[in-house]
Amino acid sequence: MGLTAIFFYLFATLALASGAMVIVAKNPVHAVLFLIVTFFNAAGLFILLGAEFLAMLLVIVYVGAVAVMFLFVVMMLDVDFAELRAGFIKNAPVGLIVGGVVLAELVALLSARAIVPPPVAATGAPIPRDVTNTEALGQLLYTKYVYFFQGAGLVLLVAMIGAIVLTLHHRQGVKRQSIADQVARGPKTAVKMVKVASGGSVVPDAPKR
Amino acid sequence: MPADMLNFAAAYPEMILAAGAIALLMIGAFGGTQGNSDRAGWLAILALAATGVAVAMQTGTERAFNDAFISDNFARFVKLLVLSGSAVAILLSMDDLRRAKADRFEIPVLILLATVGMMMMISANDLLALYLGLELQSLALYVLAAARRDDVRSSEAGMKYFVLGALSSGMLLYGASLLYGFAGTTSFAGLATAAAAPNAAANLGLIVGLVFLLVGLAFKVSAVPFHMWTPDVYEGAPTPITAFFAAAPKLAAMALLARVLMDGFGGLFIQWQKIIIFLSIASMLLGAFAAIGQTNIKRLMAYSSIGHVGFALVGLAAGGEQGVQALLIYLAIYLVMTLGSFACILAMRRDGQPVEDISELSGLAQNNLPMAFILAMLLFSLAGVPPLAGFFGKFYVFAAAVKAELYGLAIIGVLASVVGAFYYLRIVKVMFFDEAKPRFTPAAPYVRLVMIAAGLFVVLYAVYPQPLVAAAETAAKSLQL
Repeated sequence: MGLTAIFFYLFATLALASGAMVIVAKNPVHAVLFLIVTFFNAAGLFILLGAEFLAMLLVIVYVGAVAVMFLFVVMMLDVDFAELRAGFIKNAPVGLIVGGVVLAELVALLSARAIVPPPVAATGAPIPRDVTNTEALGQLLYTKYVYFFQGAGLVLLVAMIGAIVLTLHHRQGVKRQSIADQVARGPKTAVKMVKVASGGSVVPDAPKR
Repeated sequence: MPADMLNFAAAYPEMILAAGAIALLMIGAFGGTQGNSDRAGWLAILALAATGVAVAMQTGTERAFNDAFISDNFARFVKLLVLSGSAVAILLSMDDLRRAKADRFEIPVLILLATVGMMMMISANDLLALYLGLELQSLALYVLAAARRDDVRSSEAGMKYFVLGALSSGMLLYGASLLYGFAGTTSFAGLATAAAAPNAAANLGLIVGLVFLLVGLAFKVSAVPFHMWTPDVYEGAPTPITAFFAAAPKLAAMALLARVLMDGFGGLFIQWQKIIIFLSIASMLLGAFAAIGQTNIKRLMAYSSIGHVGFALVGLAAGGEQGVQALLIYLAIYLVMTLGSFACILAMRRDGQPVEDISELSGLAQNNLPMAFILAMLLFSLAGVPPLAGFFGKFYVFAAAVKAELYGLAIIGVLASVVGAFYYLRIVKVMFFDEAKPRFTPAAPYVRLVMIAAGLFVVLYAVYPQPLVAAAETAAKSLQL
């Protein structure tokens, strides 16, 4: 049993265990954290397969963006899971019927042995031996598919502009931190010497806007 | 991958416009807020003009990016129309959005990006390029529909458009994936080979894929029975944005439809012709009958646009060079009539507030005869009364249908346009013979300019139709039939 096998079993066990915890965990925030552990272990499995690009993608996109977004959603929405579960028994028959239909379809699909017409052998593009798969993807994306790549980039730009246009409100009178102003403040503007008469009091200036 | 296979030069216009949109975004974000939106509007028009020059300078048929992109006479003809439609829409929008306090610099930027999407659609020669262009255009349009986000109707329009648009994109993608599965390629040339195979009509996967693709595109051009979103979105969106919706995106989607059907599925003509005939008849009839009961002029224009899509589809159903030529002429005339009518709708303001009811137009002839006259001419033209431009548009498509021996379609079309004439003429009656209401607030100069230009075009088209007809003929020749 080589080192690879040891790491495979390590990653696989952890992925399965934390995957199970995602479903079992009572606290939804814990569930999302377990989901992140699952993603990391799946990324480890990808590295063992030699698919380092997919592994990094999983860490950056799923852990870095999707899981964090899940966390935000879970925390912001404050879903009452006890209430959600209350309808479980009532809706169970419908769920069972739908599940049964899908199961029957899966069985029917898998029992059909041959796929007609047979899948073309060349569908999976061969990976060149002398380049890493990140390089291979880059060589395709930036040459043959550069038009689609840039087009998809523009679509994402529109999505970003749209999200800002529709949600960003510029409110008046909000106090923001301005580090440059704070650093530029010297003793002359920040400190004011006041002579206080004995028994008198200090009246603060009205705050500057 | 040799660089000449990519052939970047063919896509220079798109690149200029995309770079212009991004530059405008930077100027808007960092250039301060004073007088921001007007400057953004003029710069956007400048970018569109520069792109138009770049389009006009291209010649011949150029393919780029491994045949995913094609620039031919057909593409250039529609691109120039779309660019001018977008420019006029921006011109119309500046004053109105400022008064509604919705004049954000992002709106011209989004219009520019939507226009890039339309140009990508027009030049698409591959299913992937088709989808990316369509999605770029649609996504920008969803945001534009909701541009007045504090207004309930505008938000509702944006939401409705987004949900239904996403559904239609899903159907289109499903069709595209079926086509890819059964033809083994996403390029139109490859699809044409698959469609020309002797047993193609019996290839169920190909046919089902084609049907789903057509459903998705019919949604985008709002052909019946996929038109449900149109009246609500047209009514809810800010009026200049509605003018934009009714003009440029329709043209781009129709051009895309023509190219994918003619270039990609020429071999399945008999199969798709039936679908197009059904869409066409249903759109013409619904457009004519549903518009009769409308009281809001923007809703009326929505039904009118549904009807006009039906008439334009007659040209596509006829097929062949003459059919495409008729389609292109119809679209060009429709663009001018629509923008002119919306300029008139934008001029409907009383005490600074926009009004949208048809009854508000009553007696317009008594206190603003020029506007009443121009609007009447535009409405007569939309109805297809000779000798105005709209009549010739209808004449060309019906002539193409008769030549293709689609007599039933032509007869239904003529009947539908007679029914449609009723509701256009009702507005003319309201304007000229009903009791006068108080005057409208004087319209912004550019709105008046667009109105006058459109009015002159529809009246004088009959005098000198040759340039448009000839250009459409050259354009139609470049589609493989």
